[in-house]
Amino acid sequence: MSFLKSKFHHPRLARNELGLTHRDYEGSLSTLCAGCGHDAVGAALVQAVFELSIPAHKIAKLSGIGCSSKAPTYFLNQSHGFNTVHGRMPSVATGAGMANRSLKYIGMSGDGDTASIGLGQFAHVVRRRLDMTYIVANNGVYGLTKGQMAATAERGSTTKKGNKVLWPDIDLATMALELGATFVARSFSGDKEQMVPLLKAAICHEGFAFIDIISPCVTFNNHATSTRSYDYVREHVQEGLIADFVPVASDITTSYGEGESNDICLHDGSIIRLHKGSNGFDARDRQSSLGAIHKHRENGEILTGLLYCDPTYRDMHDILNTTETPLNSLNEKELCPGAHTLNGINNGFR
Amino acid sequence: MKPTNTIDPTHFHKVVDCQYACPAHTPVPEYIRLIMARRYTDSYMVNWEANVFPGILGRVCDRPCEPACRRQRVEEKPVAICRLKRVAADNKGDIQDRLPIIPTKKNGKRIALVGAGPASLTVARDLMPLGYETTLFERDARAGGMMRSQIPTFRLPEEVINSEVDLVLNMGVEPRFGNEVNSLKAILDEDFDAVFVGTGAPNGRPLDLPGLKEAGDHVKIGINWLAGVSFEHIDEAPKRVVVLGGGNTAMDCTRTALRLGAKDVKAIVRSSYDEMKSSPWEREDAVAEAISIIPNHTPLRYVVENGKFIGVEFDRVETHWEKGKRRLVSTGEDPVLVECDLVLVAVGQDVSLPWIERDLGIQFDDWDMAVVNRDTFQSTNERVFFGGDAAFGPENIIMAVSHGHQAAASIHRYLTDGRDVNDVPIGDYTLTSQKMGIHEWSYQSAISDEERNVVPIINLEQALEDITAEVELGFDEKLALSEAARCLSCDVQTVFSEDLCIECVACEDICPMDCINFVTNGDEDDLRSRLIVPADESERDLYVSGQLKSQKVMVKDEDVCLHCGLCAERCPTGAWDMQKFLFQADRAT
Repeated sequence: MSFLKSKFHHPRLARNELGLTHRDYEGSLSTLCAGCGHDAVGAALVQAVFELSIPAHKIAKLSGIGCSSKAPTYFLNQSHGFNTVHGRMPSVATGAGMANRSLKYIGMSGDGDTASIGLGQFAHVVRRRLDMTYIVANNGVYGLTKGQMAATAERGSTTKKGNKVLWPDIDLATMALELGATFVARSFSGDKEQMVPLLKAAICHEGFAFIDIISPCVTFNNHATSTRSYDYVREHVQEGLIADFVPVASDITTSYGEGESNDICLHDGSIIRLHKGSNGFDARDRQSSLGAIHKHRENGEILTGLLYCDPTYRDMHDILNTTETPLNSLNEKELCPGAHTLNGINNGFR
Repeated sequence: MKPTNTIDPTHFHKVVDCQYACPAHTPVPEYIRLIMARRYTDSYMVNWEANVFPGILGRVCDRPCEPACRRQRVEEKPVAICRLKRVAADNKGDIQDRLPIIPTKKNGKRIALVGAGPASLTVARDLMPLGYETTLFERDARAGGMMRSQIPTFRLPEEVINSEVDLVLNMGVEPRFGNEVNSLKAILDEDFDAVFVGTGAPNGRPLDLPGLKEAGDHVKIGINWLAGVSFEHIDEAPKRVVVLGGGNTAMDCTRTALRLGAKDVKAIVRSSYDEMKSSPWEREDAVAEAISIIPNHTPLRYVVENGKFIGVEFDRVETHWEKGKRRLVSTGEDPVLVECDLVLVAVGQDVSLPWIERDLGIQFDDWDMAVVNRDTFQSTNERVFFGGDAAFGPENIIMAVSHGHQAAASIHRYLTDGRDVNDVPIGDYTLTSQKMGIHEWSYQSAISDEERNVVPIINLEQALEDITAEVELGFDEKLALSEAARCLSCDVQTVFSEDLCIECVACEDICPMDCINFVTNGDEDDLRSRLIVPADESERDLYVSGQLKSQKVMVKDEDVCLHCGLCAERCPTGAWDMQKFLFQADRAT
């Protein structure tokens, strides 16, 4: 078994604005099963952060428990990280986010960590619109405990051992939409061309960005009667809106005719350029998105791509009026503004 | 693009850059792997079968393999392939029981081999085990050709030549040594079934400048002088020696002169330093012995004043390139006089075939070279074959060996009933999975970060004292194993089966060199431009699969693959496998 990946890299590897190659954003060599979709999610994240030229130390990776949640070890080695208690990643992310607004927060979770033990935490972090990118690597199965079906597995599909799933599944994208997420997307780990621009947009989005990534489990959920296998997903995917990510201050060129594309401008000035697929809906209209998701589900299809994005909503920092300065950088004068300020506050309650 | 045809050995053969570049197609990674397992004798035999003279080539080969080595493209310097060959030769055990059995009952065919150099010896080595009788004609008293006469002993000890040449002679070759060969007709009249001409390029090219006649013995032809040293007719050199020429022979002349007592030795070259013909390492070795190399000087005349030899006068020049052609242009400065006592001219060698009568049906071209078929090495007289330098002009030992193999195979086809001499097979190969367990391979898949090891040498004083003292000591075992571990095992191929692929793209993600791509198909230029790292300029082939379920294809750029096996380890379905590709060039069998 190889535990090491050679440090040699392609002599003509592309470099980003920081002069780094995508290899500089790698993590340790993965110990997930060979062919695990989560590794492809990690690779897409590496590519996204590399392309955005974000220094790795300006990112914090947070996760709970599960195959998905051990995945952050395998990307962005130079970033901050916190591997929390099962289902409690949103709380730690909230604390970290409140303490330091200057970092980009990437939460990596799974179907168990989010849709079962962590469902309560998930609901509240969405509701509060914490400024973070929340990724669910969704394989519909508990891989780390040997293949029990997760809450996101569809009713009627069967486990590897042949047991039918009796309960209806939780659709996390719909849930995030209902609870007020301001960026919702769904993707497939086998489609990096779609994942990378979505991840870039999600990272640049200020507010709660949720991406549900169907990420097949090769060991426990890749059989013929699964609805989360590579083959099944590939056959049932319907790409709704094709999104390009146009970074800040780059020349905007488009190969699409007038009226065929639609721009969403994010806070930092970057643009999500949407091209209407055949089954177009309005990604700025929550109801339209919900309708499209439901319609495709009824047809047995999986709608992927950007589902919803509205950068005009205020996030948790705006609502709480938090300080731009990370708490660890505040000095004594700012933390203890003196009797005069205290009097002012006290007078406000009289 | 169409899916790569991997049934034909060409694609995988080209991936093994070193073996592909070797004219004799020595399975380099295979013998290096055997060195790593300390199986020196096995490693020697792999070499011996392919190149006949591993001990000799491990010291003086022109190493076309090393500039081709992939290590150079991913790190900086190639694996010291040549010197590892010497390791196998230095450490081998007894090989007597591994040599081919020579049949006592002969097949009735007699072959004449003219010139006992590497080409003829290779033909003998290939044909003797098949029952042929061979007769070897040589003007010198001993076999070895230029390996013995032109390469100084401090680079190639005599006992190394003897032992490897004797392996061939002991197969029962009939020697006819010590007589100048001056008629091919006489040989043909002896009713040989075929004649192989491997007489090399024995004539050193003179440099006919004004003053040559007056200079007399002060100007000598380099290779003749080296042969004189080799056969001990010459045992001293005057104090100041100028060598004209920048090839390997010139370098050998300078270093030999130094050992025979010269104190001031210069190699004076027309070209710039970087464009010199010598191998870079031979140049470096000369410089290390305090030889001064003076580039950009074109000799004008030999200077003799009042009957006394003074030296050589040079014009200073610059190199200009025009339409790919080199032109040396005078700088217009005053000529430079370099005073010396002896001039050795090493500006090239020529093939010499005046001993071949022109009415034997052998066609000659405008340069007085025999017309030889490049695939079969047959001349226009179907009984006469050529090889080595005599066939197409001066090359090197490994090329001569390659010619010998191919000529032997042609002779064998020619003399076997019902076979067409022009039907040259491409060669044979085996492809064997290296999988031992889930993530376990029977080759070293981990990549060594070691830099190229330097071969230890004796100190300069000791070297200059004794002309027979070999300068290079060779790698010791520790260095040898460290150097061997640098080999990337390019012969262990990444073999892809599209019917097993589920397109999880784990291989694309894990590949340290970003070689693997899953893209929609297109023509070659288009595909090359759309790879993760575009390969527009690359000379290496793409490995393209058939169409996958998503309508994409797998495209692997073979250029810088480390053969680390991570793609196969990361593949959940075994669509990737690491398989050892052992290519055997066509041989007489």
